Amino acid sequence: MSAGSPRRRRPIATAALVTVGLVLMGGLYAAASSLASPARAGTNEASPELISQGAQLYKEGCASCHGLNLEGVPADSTNKANPKVNGPTLIGVGAAAVDFQVSTGRMPVGAYGKQVVAGRSSYTEEETSALAAYVASFAPGPAIPSKEDLDTTDASLAEGGELFRTNCSQCHNFAAQGGALSDGTFAPSIDPSQPNHIWEAMLTGPQNMPVFNDTTVNPDEKRAIIKYIASIKAESNPGGAPLGRVGPVSEGLLLWTLGLGALIACSVWLGAKAK
Amino acid sequence: MSTTQRAVATTTTWIDDRIGAGKWLKKNLRKVFPDHWSFMLGEIALYSFILLLLTGVYLTLFFNPSMKEVIYNGSYAPLNGISMTQAYESTLRVSFDVRGGLLVRQIHHWAALLFVASVSVHMLRIFFTGAFRKPRELNWVIGVGLMTLAILEGFAGYSLPDDLLSGTGLRIAQGIVLAIPLVGSYVSSFLFGGEFPGTDFIPRLYSIHILLIPGILLGTLTAHLLLVWYQKHTQFPGPGRTNKNVVGFPLFPVYTAKAGGFFFIVSGIITLMSAMFTINPIWLYGPYVPDQVTAGSQPDWYIGWLDGAVRVIPNWETVIFGHNISWNILLPALIIPGIMFTLLALYPWIEAKATGDKSEHHLLDRPRNAPTRTGLGAMGLSFYILIWISGGNDIIAQAFSWSINSITWTIRVLLIVLPPVVFIITRRICLGLQRRDRDKLIHGRETGIIKRMPSGEYLEVHAPISEASRAKLISARESHYAPLEAGPSHDENGVKAPKKGRLGVKLSNFYFANRVVPPTDEEIAEGQHHAADDLETVRPSGQITSGH
Repeated sequence: MSAGSPRRRRPIATAALVTVGLVLMGGLYAAASSLASPARAGTNEASPELISQGAQLYKEGCASCHGLNLEGVPADSTNKANPKVNGPTLIGVGAAAVDFQVSTGRMPVGAYGKQVVAGRSSYTEEETSALAAYVASFAPGPAIPSKEDLDTTDASLAEGGELFRTNCSQCHNFAAQGGALSDGTFAPSIDPSQPNHIWEAMLTGPQNMPVFNDTTVNPDEKRAIIKYIASIKAESNPGGAPLGRVGPVSEGLLLWTLGLGALIACSVWLGAKAK
Repeated sequence: MSTTQRAVATTTTWIDDRIGAGKWLKKNLRKVFPDHWSFMLGEIALYSFILLLLTGVYLTLFFNPSMKEVIYNGSYAPLNGISMTQAYESTLRVSFDVRGGLLVRQIHHWAALLFVASVSVHMLRIFFTGAFRKPRELNWVIGVGLMTLAILEGFAGYSLPDDLLSGTGLRIAQGIVLAIPLVGSYVSSFLFGGEFPGTDFIPRLYSIHILLIPGILLGTLTAHLLLVWYQKHTQFPGPGRTNKNVVGFPLFPVYTAKAGGFFFIVSGIITLMSAMFTINPIWLYGPYVPDQVTAGSQPDWYIGWLDGAVRVIPNWETVIFGHNISWNILLPALIIPGIMFTLLALYPWIEAKATGDKSEHHLLDRPRNAPTRTGLGAMGLSFYILIWISGGNDIIAQAFSWSINSITWTIRVLLIVLPPVVFIITRRICLGLQRRDRDKLIHGRETGIIKRMPSGEYLEVHAPISEASRAKLISARESHYAPLEAGPSHDENGVKAPKKGRLGVKLSNFYFANRVVPPTDEEIAEGQHHAADDLETVRPSGQITSGH
């Protein structure tokens, strides 16, 4: 086929070129990403008993939305169990995602809203790890952090602050109090969060949160961020009551109510004494 | 001779013997001021300003307005080893290493919030009582100028520590400058000495914050107070109070004690707040880095309405000859505030046009007696409060689990619908209150006693009102205006009248077409005659009731 061949200009040629390009890119990406985080996938060893316990729990509590084989169930108005919300596939989400969603009480979903909210977990610790082991047994994915992973003794507090302000504060606020996102969604407060949940959230990127995998924020940096969050949480407030640590809005509110209110009350008192 | 008189006499004689100012002093120390709690709102502003000057001087001893980068190594561990400007570093030092530094910083900040807040409520008092009328129009304009300066001064101070929040605020301010058509980018380069943030801006802002604006503020404030002194303070209507006198207490000793005491009350409350509540915890925000930002980035309350206006205006832009005109920034940040402040400054003349009144006013209006003005004020206030709320839309969305988009759209709709509704309702309420006042003047107050006549008719008995409330209510006459009438459209020679006068007539009709006419002396006399009859006939029946 010469350069001037009319076949080169056929629509099918463009489609073929795009397909080849996409396959190539996808293949390269898959290869690159498997190279990038090979060690962290599926390192949680689990006994077959735990996995079978998890399988039972999964069928009872999760399968109606996520499918019997973790394949996911699309939203379907005719399906009573799952009328509105698309239950995503859980293949490859990893034990970390399951542990985060289940032990923070986000899953199973209590009520469908703009966003799934945290609450009291419906499962015991053991049941949660069984569920995590079962899901992880399908395909490798981010693992639940070990004690060593979460040991922040050697982590740098200042670096953690720097990373927090660069990556986290734009949604979660400067003091981890959370913030509003668009259309009724929100970045929750991380103030009450456990270190393992912060770690898992960074790894798996639940709901609107982006994934901060180990190439973006490496484990040392994750530990630094966790250390910083714990530090500002524990910090005494040298200036007095922190007013929710949400910035000037609460300060203005206090000034106009308590501050000016008290002063106007005093003016009325001074004015009344004259009579 | 009383003790106070003797005290004044001794002091003035002492001074008179030396600099010959005794006569002037004697007269002015006995100068009479009227009394009312709302006259003290301006005092709160004055005292917080004094507090700002005092604490500000202390802070300048330690603050270093430099944008030179240094590595922090100090008492606040979470920032150790972090690169930051000297401005931020020295603010951290003030907060953690200077004795009393954090308290003084917090007093300075709370006092700044209070300063602008008290200026605002003081201005509302002046507006709603008509204290801006002749001869005080100039002082009103000076007041609007003081308010503008106070807002600018506050923003400059908020921007100095170079923490993440203040840097974000400056970035937005720079964005507004950039939105000015044609010259925006040049003005920005000029202000920042090149690209944002550069290294020049904080030193420049520092001179503006500690020298230029406070200097102008101090001068303007002095003029403001001197004019109050010279033109005398206005007073609310009451027994014996006229347009030609001032009923109240002398400066010495009553107001020297009161004002002195009130200064300590204001300082005390601010200091108490500063000791109990954190304000602007700059150590939590971290140093300003242009690629960092925090959720809930907000200005202090007095800039909140501007931020809110930016948040609520839709994303309108037009492209002219390849240049973007950013209406989404120009409208909320420059055009709307420009219109608001111009209308505010010109208001005394707008109203004078409607009344056609050229006489002096030293007696205040009760707000109800100027229904259209009160309505307009409430309308402006509702507009301001709505965009103010919009400035905190993200915090509100988070606190109440609402959608930020719904809040924005609700405020957009309310901004168009609510102000006119507020105007109509407020004016109606004022007219209703005026009608009640009119009734009270004519018939007296309702006693709650119902009398049955021999014919079976029921009557409610009214009692005459006290002299004090009569003086208060009758002041409606002072505030009352009939709408101006249009002259003949053509004069006797058939020449058409100029259009100019007709605008005033239209405005006047808008103001005063709906009005409650205060009762005349004859109407009152007749009404009181009836009331006296009622009382006469009720007494025997009252005795019978108590006898059984």
